[in-house]
Amino acid sequence: MSRGPIAQAPLEPERYELESPPRYHFEVDRREFFRIFGCGIVVACFVERVVEAQESGGGRRGFRERFPQEIAARLHIGEDGTATVYTGKVEVGQNARTALTQAVAEELRVSPGAIRMVMGDTALTPFDMGTFGSRTTPTMNPQLRKVASAARDLLIDLAAQSWGVDRAGLGVENGEVRDPATGRRIAFGALAKGQKLAKAIPAADPLSPAAEWTVMGKSLPKIDGSDFVTGKHRYALDVKLPGMLYGKMVRPSSFGATLVTADVGQAESMSGVTVVRDGDFVGVAAPSEPVAARALAAIRAEWKSVPNPSGQELFEFLKKNADPASAGERGRSHSTGSIEAGLAAADERLQATYTVAYIAHAPLEPRAAVAEWRDGKLTVWTGTQRPFGVRGELAETFRIPEEQVRVQVPDTGAAYGGKHTGEAAVEAARLARAAGRPVKVVWTREEEFTWAYFRPAGVIEVASGVRRDGTITAWEFHNYNSGAAGIGTPYDIANQRIEFHGAKSPLRQGSYRALAATANHFARESHMDELAHAVHRDPLEFRLKNLRDPRLRAVLEAAARKFGWGRTERRPGHGFGLAGGVEKGGYVATCAEVFVDRSDGQPAPAGPPEVPTGTRRSVGQVRVLRVVTAFECGAVVNPDQLRNQIEGANVMGIGGALFEAIEFENGRILNNRFSRYRVPRFSDAPAIEVVLLDRKDLPSAGAGETPIVGLAPAVGNAIFDATGVRLRSLPLAPDGMKS
Amino acid sequence: MTKVTELFVNGRRVAVDADSETSLLTVPRDQLDLTGSKYGCGEGQCGACTVLIDGLPRRSCITKAGVAATKQITTIEGLAKDGRLHPLQQAFLEVGAMQCGYCTSGMIVTASALLKSNPDPTPQEIARFMEGNICRCGTYQRIVAAIQEAARAMREARS
Repeated sequence: MSRGPIAQAPLEPERYELESPPRYHFEVDRREFFRIFGCGIVVACFVERVVEAQESGGGRRGFRERFPQEIAARLHIGEDGTATVYTGKVEVGQNARTALTQAVAEELRVSPGAIRMVMGDTALTPFDMGTFGSRTTPTMNPQLRKVASAARDLLIDLAAQSWGVDRAGLGVENGEVRDPATGRRIAFGALAKGQKLAKAIPAADPLSPAAEWTVMGKSLPKIDGSDFVTGKHRYALDVKLPGMLYGKMVRPSSFGATLVTADVGQAESMSGVTVVRDGDFVGVAAPSEPVAARALAAIRAEWKSVPNPSGQELFEFLKKNADPASAGERGRSHSTGSIEAGLAAADERLQATYTVAYIAHAPLEPRAAVAEWRDGKLTVWTGTQRPFGVRGELAETFRIPEEQVRVQVPDTGAAYGGKHTGEAAVEAARLARAAGRPVKVVWTREEEFTWAYFRPAGVIEVASGVRRDGTITAWEFHNYNSGAAGIGTPYDIANQRIEFHGAKSPLRQGSYRALAATANHFARESHMDELAHAVHRDPLEFRLKNLRDPRLRAVLEAAARKFGWGRTERRPGHGFGLAGGVEKGGYVATCAEVFVDRSDGQPAPAGPPEVPTGTRRSVGQVRVLRVVTAFECGAVVNPDQLRNQIEGANVMGIGGALFEAIEFENGRILNNRFSRYRVPRFSDAPAIEVVLLDRKDLPSAGAGETPIVGLAPAVGNAIFDATGVRLRSLPLAPDGMKS
Repeated sequence: MTKVTELFVNGRRVAVDADSETSLLTVPRDQLDLTGSKYGCGEGQCGACTVLIDGLPRRSCITKAGVAATKQITTIEGLAKDGRLHPLQQAFLEVGAMQCGYCTSGMIVTASALLKSNPDPTPQEIARFMEGNICRCGTYQRIVAAIQEAARAMREARS
């Protein structure tokens, strides 16, 4: 299996929105521990922090920086027996809170209900680079298990000392240390009483194997679930402080526009309204949301616009504005063998171009922040995946030390990679400083669709060669702009050239669930299908013929078996497609059944579609009826939550596959609201079946992203199967179905 | 501009201070500290703001406060009775019909209206009724299952 440097790049080059590397550590010394957290026992897990410098338009200062040992996670056993966990990870709907609670419960041998998890608070939790990249399960989970395991050992030691016995005979169960020989037992809280015991452990202690799990590996329901079904949970935009004002921003008329004049007199004269004009920053804070809206409407601002590339020429623009220097950068290209030789040895040669549009994350909770200044210190509540990154942003913006900034992240109403930056936090803090009172800023849906960042658009060119016996002899793959995640091929191909070309992007772009792996899997798995058809082979059989990787083979076969691949009778208008891939340690295979309704009277287009331009072709109404996804990510931590993530990723993937696309012109987003930007709804949801391959013998990998990558190509391949028409642009059928 | 000085929310009469033209969503959220109804889009397209007005589901973000002034408003906070979860709330928990939870209030309130008018809905009827509610995390399949489960529990409780 070809897993070259691109596949192993630890942080993907296309995380464009992360402009500066993470900067610091939050260190609390021993006395501080107990002053802040109360008496008891604290165990911290040290890691050697490997920090990857972000490439953003050119690498700098070396790809990795090693920091000294640093706390990754902390666990405190209090005198009341409560185990409090401190982690810099945050909860954004991916259920990290639940899975991490299971990790601690497993090793500490307490019930999940006895664990309190403090997440994403820069004043309390250790530094964390951010909750992204499907890293929580492979890194934070083991770190929490290690601290819990060390805490358990420490408690046993304390009990052994207290009873004057050998620790070897003691056990831990349900929050107590027990001596089976005498029946004596002592609760964690009693052991912690009066203690100020702190221990640091390296991240290397052994852990109980998955086959022995009693809490992990089970489908624990979402922690605090009742707070969500009752409306009790407070998201960032629900936070309320005494004297709080409501803030709103004046936005530029188009991207890149600069402020010429702003007539704020009328707004300023409104009772209770604070207006801030600071360079191009124009905002208001008012005692109520309606008054803030009126104050905003009363401001007359004049903007000087700049030329912006047209959305109609997006793909030509990306190719024309590719950065030739970027192809040679480490992590962006990969070659083996000789493409020329491979093509020469082929019986069939194919070339195709695929495109993907910009799409929006559209998290249902828009960006929001509440900011409060007190004695020169700033506290912000905001939904972000990078509390420490946002803290750095705030410190830099306001030129204060990071120690004077606190960012707290309430469990957030989704992010999907779109909440790495702290725009609302900065805005709220700026207004709060001027007003002398706390300020809440909630982005409108239009702002969320316009002033955040998008999943990159891209052009992917593939050239390939295949022998009549089904062996792929050559594979050349170029991705323009969208990214290098998942750009490699898992198939066994002797001659490959794979390159990522950065480009100037007309729109602000950045991380989106699975990054470029969605685009790259769409192109690759569509092209694999095209190759299979070129040599008259079944798409599954063709893939397996070129694939040794047993884990990928296993999910392909499992999905196909569950789906009934090759065994299902074909009805008119129905088509079947499949796709597979590997990304971030997760192995996915997706089969899809679509129904294409030709009853709109349009005849099927003859021949292959042209290289995509700005216009889109319609093949009538397309419905995804059924999806089967097989997934393997090592030992499964929470089966039902994993199923939930896979189902949800498929539904989200349908949007990007069939109809989602950001439309823009003259520096404006044309479809910046749900009435114009279609997202998957109840009627779009297919019947989804998930097959989990639980490899208890392998370390657990993350699953927040990878399940999405199989959907688009499976659907595209199914549309071809149903109609004979090969579609190579995402979204595949934006004018299909009722809107 | 006329003022609304009083609303009936979750069975209680409460004093408020809102222009009649103001969106109803802001009143429980900002004045009554009932933050369960959410802002999602401001144009009635996502359902996160749904409340019941005289038992009918309404998108409070595009409903004027004045229109609701004399009617019975029920928010998500008003569904549980005497500390007991509504069967829909219970079913959402049992099925695990959420991820980030932001759409959940709107889903449950909307579904409560469905089950009042249709105690035994098919999956297709559920999908049609709920079409105006967006779950961006994609838990639709589970929400349908939860609504069916709640419907079953409610029918059983009545029999």
